Amino acid sequence: MNSEIALFLIQDGLTNGAIYALLALALVLVFAVTRVIFIPQGEFVAYGALTLASLQLGKLPGTAWLLLTAGVAVAAVELVQALRIGAVRRVPAIVLHYVLVPSAIVVLAWWVAPQKPALTFQVLLALLLVVPLGPMVYRLAYQPLANASVLVLLIISVAVHFAMTGLGLVFFGAEGSRTPAFSDAHWKLGVLTISGQSLWVLGVSLSLIVALLLFFEHTIYGKALRATAVNRVGARLVGISPAMAGKLSFTLAALIGALSGVLVAPITTIYYDSGFLVGLKGFVGAIVGGLVSYPIAAAGALLVGLLEAYASFWASAYKEVIVFTMIVPVLVWRSFTTHHIEEEEE
Amino acid sequence: MSALLQVRGLSVAYGKIEAVHQVGLSVEEGRIVTVIGPNGAGKTTLLAALMGVLPSRGNISYAGGDLAHVEAEKRVGLGLCLVPERRELFAAMTVEDNLVLGAFHRYRKRDKSINADFEQVYQLFPRLKERYRQLAGTLSGGERQMLALGRALMSRPRLLMLDEPSLGLAPLVVRDIFRVIAGLRETGVSILLVEQNARAALQVSDYGYVLETGEIAVEGPSAELASDPRVIESYLGLASGGAG
Amino acid sequence: MRRGVVTRTRLILGVFLVFMLVAPLVLPEFQITLLNYIGLYSIVALGLVLLTGIGGLTSFGQAAFVGMGAYATAYLSTVYGMSPWLTLIVGLVLTFAVSLFLGFITLRLSGHYLPLGTIAWGISLYYLFGNMEFLGGHNGISSLPAINVFGLELDTGREFNYLIWSLVLLALLSMQNLLDSRSGRAIRALKGGGLMAESFGVDTARMKIIIFVHAALLASLSGWLYAHLLRFVNPTPFSINAGIEYLFMAVVGGAASVWGAVVGAGILTVLKQWLQDLLPKLLGQSGNFEMIVFGVLLVLLLQRAREGIMPLAVRFFPAPEKLLPPLAQELTRRARPAAGEMLLELKGARKSFGGLVAVNDMSFAMSGGEILGLIGPNGAGKSTVFNLVTGVMPVTGGEVHFRGERIDTLSARAIVPRGLARTFQHVHLLPAMTVLENVAIGAHLRGSKGVISAALRLDRTEEAMLLAEAARQLARVGLSASVHEQAGSLALGQQRILEIARALCADPVLLLLDEPAAGLRLQEKRALAELLCKLKSEGMSILLVEHDMDFVMKLVDRLVVMDFGEKIAEGLPKEIQTNPAVLEAYLGGVK
Repeated sequence: MNSEIALFLIQDGLTNGAIYALLALALVLVFAVTRVIFIPQGEFVAYGALTLASLQLGKLPGTAWLLLTAGVAVAAVELVQALRIGAVRRVPAIVLHYVLVPSAIVVLAWWVAPQKPALTFQVLLALLLVVPLGPMVYRLAYQPLANASVLVLLIISVAVHFAMTGLGLVFFGAEGSRTPAFSDAHWKLGVLTISGQSLWVLGVSLSLIVALLLFFEHTIYGKALRATAVNRVGARLVGISPAMAGKLSFTLAALIGALSGVLVAPITTIYYDSGFLVGLKGFVGAIVGGLVSYPIAAAGALLVGLLEAYASFWASAYKEVIVFTMIVPVLVWRSFTTHHIEEEEE
Repeated sequence: MSALLQVRGLSVAYGKIEAVHQVGLSVEEGRIVTVIGPNGAGKTTLLAALMGVLPSRGNISYAGGDLAHVEAEKRVGLGLCLVPERRELFAAMTVEDNLVLGAFHRYRKRDKSINADFEQVYQLFPRLKERYRQLAGTLSGGERQMLALGRALMSRPRLLMLDEPSLGLAPLVVRDIFRVIAGLRETGVSILLVEQNARAALQVSDYGYVLETGEIAVEGPSAELASDPRVIESYLGLASGGAG
Repeated sequence: MRRGVVTRTRLILGVFLVFMLVAPLVLPEFQITLLNYIGLYSIVALGLVLLTGIGGLTSFGQAAFVGMGAYATAYLSTVYGMSPWLTLIVGLVLTFAVSLFLGFITLRLSGHYLPLGTIAWGISLYYLFGNMEFLGGHNGISSLPAINVFGLELDTGREFNYLIWSLVLLALLSMQNLLDSRSGRAIRALKGGGLMAESFGVDTARMKIIIFVHAALLASLSGWLYAHLLRFVNPTPFSINAGIEYLFMAVVGGAASVWGAVVGAGILTVLKQWLQDLLPKLLGQSGNFEMIVFGVLLVLLLQRAREGIMPLAVRFFPAPEKLLPPLAQELTRRARPAAGEMLLELKGARKSFGGLVAVNDMSFAMSGGEILGLIGPNGAGKSTVFNLVTGVMPVTGGEVHFRGERIDTLSARAIVPRGLARTFQHVHLLPAMTVLENVAIGAHLRGSKGVISAALRLDRTEEAMLLAEAARQLARVGLSASVHEQAGSLALGQQRILEIARALCADPVLLLLDEPAAGLRLQEKRALAELLCKLKSEGMSILLVEHDMDFVMKLVDRLVVMDFGEKIAEGLPKEIQTNPAVLEAYLGGVK
C-alpha cells in the first residue's frame, strides 16, 4: 500500500466514520433518556436517503403515506386517552398536531415534488416527511411500555425495525438508489484528492455535533434531556415528563438519522434494508462508549469507519465480519472495566 | 376555611400488598403539618402517591380541584412539590443547572421572575452560591439537602412536601434545615413534613398525624401529640423506657 | 393421589403424542413440510425459552448456532463422507466450544450488552458462512447424505417428521425435568433473584453459561436436522433476521413455558406461510412483507400480553394436583457451636464509598446461642455492617471473623456454606414460584446434583430430601398451610417468615435478619417475635438488625447501637434504654 492509497482510505474512513459518529451520538442520547436501544435508527437513514431519491425523480415518496397513517394512529390513541378522562379540551390540539400538520406536509410534497425544486428544498422536504415519524414511533410503540425493562424495550426495537424495513420495501421497492452529489468539486492536495462530498459530510456532521453540544449545554430543553438521563425520578419531580423527553429525543434521533441518510446517499447505493448495517456500525461506536459517553462513542465510531475502509481494501469479502467481530474485543474490554454489581430489572 | 390539600380514603398498594390504607388528612393554607411514624409505616409511599409518582385509590383534592387524572409532572405546575427521601438530584449536573431545572415548568411559561428567585435561594443557602459550578454529586450530605430544598423552592411551590429532610444529617445541619423549614412558613408556603425525628417534627409543626402500618393511628395539634401518652408509648417508646 | 385425575402436563402430552403419531400418516405433503419446519423451529425456540423466558438473557444470534450445526455436518459429510451421526457430535462439540467462549465474554456484562453482542456475532458468523470458499460461498453446499436410522434411510419429509418430533419431545421433556430440580430452581432464580441466589450459594455466572450453552446446543441440533432434511445448506436461513424470528417465536408463544416454544413456532410458521401468499397479491409486488405484520404483531403483543400466548391457553387445562413432598431421609446437619463459643467477631471493620465513610471502626463480638441486636437510626450504617458480614461488599479496612476463620476476604457465595444465612430488608422472593420451591433454594448447597442428572431424572432421591427439608423448615416456622401457594400471593408478614424458613434451609449456625419487622402489622410482629424466641430456645444464634426499638428490646440478649457509622453504645437492653448518647441519637430534637 502506498501513501496515496493510505490517505485515500483515511479520507474514506473518516467520511463514513463521521456518519457513524452522528448515529452513535443519537443512539447514546436515546438510550440515556429513554433506555431504548434504538435499533430502527438505521431505517431512518434509509428512509431519509430513499425519500430524497424519490423526490429527485419527481415522485411523491411512500413515506408520505406512512406519515399520514402514523399521524392518524397517534391521533386515535391520544383521543381515546383524552376522552377516557374527559379532557375534551385537548381534542383540537391533537387533531392539529397529528392529522392536520402531517396532511399539510404531504400536500406540500405532492404539489412541489413534480416541479423538482432545488436540492436544498428537496432535502428540507425529505426531512419534513421523515423526522416526524420519530416521535410518532415513540408514541405508538414505546411510550405505552416506558417503564418496561431494557430488554423488553430492545425486543420492541427489533420488532419496529422489522416493520419499518418491510414498509421500506413496500414504499421504495427492492431496487437501490443513489442520489447526485451535493458538490462535484475536487481539490488536489499533494497526492490526495479531496472530494467536495466528503467535505460536505464532514462539515455537516461537525456542525450538527456542535449544535447538539450547544443545545445540551445552554437550552432549558437540552438540560431537561440531560436531567432525565441522569435521574428519571428527579426529572419527573421538577415537572419534566418522560413522554416529552422521549418524544424530543426520538425527534433528534430521527433528524440525525434522516440527515445521515441524505449525506450518504450520494456516496453509496442505499437499499430499503441498508440502514440496519449502517445503524449497527454506529452501535459498535456507541458500545465502545459504553452507551453513556458521547465523546468516546464518537471516537469509537470514527474508528469503525477507518477499520471498515482498510478492511474493504485488504479483505473486502470479510469487511462486515471484521467490523462486527471488533465488538468482541470491545466487549471483553468492557467486561473487565465495568463493575458488575447488577441488580436485575423487573 | 377549606383546606389546601384534602385527602380522603387514600390507599396505595404494591401488587397485592397494601402499604397505605384508607388514609385521610388535610393541610390548611400556610400551615406546617407533619406525618410521623416508624420505619415501613408507609410515610414515603403516602407522599409519593400525593405527588402522583405512585398510583393510588381514593380522593385527593388540592386547591379545590381533583388530582385524579393529573400526572406528577403537571402537579408541579399546580404548585405541588416533593423533596424525596433520596433527594433525587441531578448528580452529574452543576448546582446551578439543578436549580434552573427546578424552575423548568416556569421557563415553559416564560416566567420573568425566575432570576429573583435564584437570588432568594442563594440568600437562604449561601453555601450553594459558593458552589454553583460544582457538580451536585460532589456535595456533602447537608449541602445536598440544601440543594434539594433550593431546587424545590425554584418551582414556587404552594404545598411543599418534605420526606425525611433530617435523614443521615449531622445534628447541627438538622438544626439548620429545620430553621429554614420554620422560616418558610413566613413566605406563605404550606408544608407537609414526613419525619422519623418525631420530636423535631412536632416542635416545628402545627398539626400532626401518626402513621402506623399504613393507617392513621392518632392525630391532633402537634403540641398535644408530643405529650400524648399513646404517642410516647407506641412511637417514642424509647423515651418512656428512659423515663421508666 | 386420586385415580383418574388428569394433570395438565399429561393431558397436553397425550394429545401431542397422538397427533404426532397420526399426523404424518394422514396429512398431505405440504402440511408435513410445514410440520417439519415447526419442529425444527421449536427446538431452537425451546432453547430461547430457557435462555430468555426463564433465565432473562436475550439472544438474537441463535440462527448462527443453527448454521454452525448445519454447516458442520454439510461440510464433513460431503467432503469427508463422515456419517451424519458422527458429524452431529462434531457439530455439537464445535457449538459447545464457540458458545462457551462467546458466553464467557458476553454473559459477564449487564443486561443489554448481551443481546447487542449476539446481534454482532450473529451478523459476523453469517457473513463468514457466505464468504468462506470451502463452505461454498453464497451458493452453499448441496447433495448431503440422508440420515440412516437402524438401516432405514430417512429420505422423505414424511419419515423425517418422526425423527424431528421425537427429538422435539426429548428436548421438551428433558427441559421440563431440568426446570423441576435443584439446578432448575437456581436457573429460575436468575431473572430477578440473582443477588438472593448468590447469597444461598448459587453460582449465577456459571448457571448463565450453562443455559447459554444449552440453548446453543439445541440450535445446533436443529441445524443438523435442517441440513439433512433439505440435503442442502446456504447462508440465507442463518441470517440475523432468522435469529430475530426465533426470538419472536419464543416471545409469542410465551417465553416462560416450555410448550410455549412449540406454540410460538407453530403460530409464526403458519402465519408466515399465509402472509407470504396473501401480502404480495394484496400489494401487487413480491417481497418479505410478512416482516411488517410480525413487527406490528410483536409490539402489540408486548404492550397487551407481555407473557405471550401460552399463559392464556393454559387456563383451559385442569391445574396439576399438588402433593406435599414425600417423607425422605434427612439431610446431614453441621455441628452446632457450644453455647458461649465465639461465633462472630468484627475487629475495626471499616467501609467507605469514595470519600464517604459509611462504617467506621466497628468492633463487636457475639457468641453461640445469643441474640444480638444491632440498632440505630435510619442511615446509621446498619445495613452496611450487614453487607460486610455477609460478604455482599468487601471491607475497606479491618477484619471479620466467623468461628475462628477470617471471612472478610470471602465472597457472599463462599460464606454461606460456613453456616451463616440471611434474610433481606426488602424481601427477595421469586413471586411466581411456590413457597416450597422458594424455600428449597435455601438448601441449594446441601445438594450436589447438576444439570445433566436433573434432565435425566437421576436426581430424584436427593431432590426428595431437599424438598422434604424445605417442608420441614416451613413447618418449623408455621407456614405449612401455604406450601403450594405462589410466594407472591402471601402477605408481607408471611413473606418475611418465608425468608426465615429459606435461611434455615441452609442449615445455619448464625441467622442474620435485616429489619425483619419493618412494615409488619402488630399481630405479625408478635408472631415474628414468638418465632424468634422459639428459634433461640432451639439453640440458634441470631444477629438482628432492626430499627423498631420496641420490638428489639423484648427479644435480644445484648444490643450494639450505631449512629453515623460508628458504635455509640453496647450493652444490655436496660443499660441502653437509659444511655444518654442513645437517647440523643434516636430522638434528636432541636433545642
